[in-house]
Amino acid sequence: MTTEATSTDRYLEVQRSEDFARLRRKLRNFVFPMTVAFFLWYALYVLLSAYARGFMSVKLVGNINVALLFGLLQFVTTFLIAWYYSRYAARELDPIADKIGNELGAATTTATPAAPAAEATTTTDPEAAK
Amino acid sequence: MQSHFLAAEASTSTSRTLTITLFLVFVAITLALTIWASRQTKTATDFYAGGRQFSGFQNGMAIGGDYMSAASFLGIAGLIALYGYDGFLYSIGFLVAWLVALLLVAELLRNSGRYTMADVLAFRMRQRPVRTAASVSTIVVSIFYLIAQMVGAGALVSLLLGIRPGTTFLGMDADTAKIATIILVGALMIVYVVVGGMKGTTYVQIVKAFLLMSGALIMTVLVLAHYKFNLSSLLGDAAERSGKGAAFLEPGLRYGVETASASATFYSKMDLLSLGIALVLGTAGLPHILTRFYTVPTSRVARKSVLWAIGIIGTFYLFTLALGFGAAALVGGPAITAQDKAGNTAAPQLAQALGIDYFGGETGGAVMLAIIAAVAFATILAVVAGLTLASSSSVAHDFYASVIKRGQAGEREEVRVARISAFVIGAVAIVLSIFAQSLNVAFLVALAFAVAASANLPAILYSLFWKRFNTAGALWSIYGGLAAAVILVFFSPVVSGSATAMFPDSDWHWFPLSNPGIISIPFGFLCGWIGTVISKETDADKYAELEVRSLTGHGAH
Repeated sequence: MTTEATSTDRYLEVQRSEDFARLRRKLRNFVFPMTVAFFLWYALYVLLSAYARGFMSVKLVGNINVALLFGLLQFVTTFLIAWYYSRYAARELDPIADKIGNELGAATTTATPAAPAAEATTTTDPEAAK
Repeated sequence: MQSHFLAAEASTSTSRTLTITLFLVFVAITLALTIWASRQTKTATDFYAGGRQFSGFQNGMAIGGDYMSAASFLGIAGLIALYGYDGFLYSIGFLVAWLVALLLVAELLRNSGRYTMADVLAFRMRQRPVRTAASVSTIVVSIFYLIAQMVGAGALVSLLLGIRPGTTFLGMDADTAKIATIILVGALMIVYVVVGGMKGTTYVQIVKAFLLMSGALIMTVLVLAHYKFNLSSLLGDAAERSGKGAAFLEPGLRYGVETASASATFYSKMDLLSLGIALVLGTAGLPHILTRFYTVPTSRVARKSVLWAIGIIGTFYLFTLALGFGAAALVGGPAITAQDKAGNTAAPQLAQALGIDYFGGETGGAVMLAIIAAVAFATILAVVAGLTLASSSSVAHDFYASVIKRGQAGEREEVRVARISAFVIGAVAIVLSIFAQSLNVAFLVALAFAVAASANLPAILYSLFWKRFNTAGALWSIYGGLAAAVILVFFSPVVSGSATAMFPDSDWHWFPLSNPGIISIPFGFLCGWIGTVISKETDADKYAELEVRSLTGHGAH
């Protein structure tokens, strides 16, 4: 699994670089708060289903009640978050990742899958990690 | 519309023959695809990852195919048909779960792994212990899930073909027919995996997802058209004909049931919360879903495939909402429970009712029933193939190549072992399913999700995001989460001590919840943390490599 051409020092250097810190910050500042947000939003929905039955059974239009609307809203937010993330990633994350990848050279995200020769080599030296 | 009795009339002749014919057509098409795929399968990458050449849409469909099991299609439609709103609650958890996969797991895993979940977990750890642990939890999750699907298949086929106790089918009585079904399903899944590898299996998933979505779409349109696209009157009719009244449209008939006993109510509500958490956190730890991310060329295509999957799966669950309420409204609660107490035949019964309504009486009903029953078979078959592939890949790539051969196994040898493992795992699953078929195994899917969320997810997230995480942490979180989930379920009312338990006549339960997630998931995360901090091991160099590669895609396979 090791990439032949890239040494550990090179990875450490990249990891400490300005660009990489920016990439990591932009990724984490998006995905962590967003995960907390959708989890709490979903938890609120489950908690209301368990403990706020009176509220959930309020009818809004005809037979459509709060519970159904709340459930459908979970679908809407899931679709929206997925769409928003993909737009964010394409605009904010991918360009930095590409830049770092190009600097590292060889195979990057936009490249075709690894060449057959590289795939044919056996995995890693299993105890190499330690 | 009057009530229709599935087995009694139509399904005996026309419908049964047609169902079998359509199912055989599906099998013939998928076997042809599998054989074609086997000719394109030369390297280990072809076998494990389908050559990494699938497009985002293709893989999105295949993810849908792997994910939308018979439990989703027949199970959720049935839950909604019988318990109304609470069935919907189930599908929401299954959908929101995909955000965890999209935001935290899919792309980083695709960038840093190769064939299996363990590739990422073992990246910066000592290979042998971590790969062994990952292999164990992969197999446990997959086998639980497999048995649930295969036992379900046996029961469903009898129901769908109308084979009742006391009647015979091709000279077999009902019990023999169930066993024959389990063996047939098992044999086909072994063929898909052994011959076609990931490429063949992926095409099977795509075909199945297409059929399932088409079938569900047609039925949804017909149901809505019946109510002139007025959702409110559909809901009103469903509530009325369910026999449950307004409560049918509100939470609480199935989960978090309120009873006279305060403690029973408390535990019932805790169980609802526990289920909700396991559903949302389990998906991103399911090995057969994780290996799907390796079948595309880059992490960006992996992202696209998850977006497609969210769209497809979300739409499908909206369809099941219409199907479930439609079945309650047009077939009626009593007619559904008369056929199957768990409601699993609600969707096929609805198909029959719609066919009678729209397409010329009994013949139309028989044709619609046959189409949907055949789609249900295809659904079961595709899901079990995905599970078998994920577990045999882990046995060959993680356990055989890294643990036994210490990384010295050749590529051909590894693939050969993967094929043998698929055969053995398939055979074991067949035997276990035959023994388990008289037991209530419905809880096994929930247990598989709980193990995935308690054992796999903590290890994956710590691996990708926590620099300090190490071998001991990985082992603690995997074994700790796995043990907690399995032990709690073993001592829960789903295994003993209740009328619906696996062993209803014995009682050794002390854990009050049917779903262990609310305890075992935090426990898995806690174990991972404790294991990490009590071990001195750290490897900043390997973490730098993992972090740079996972975020940038540099050096991705």
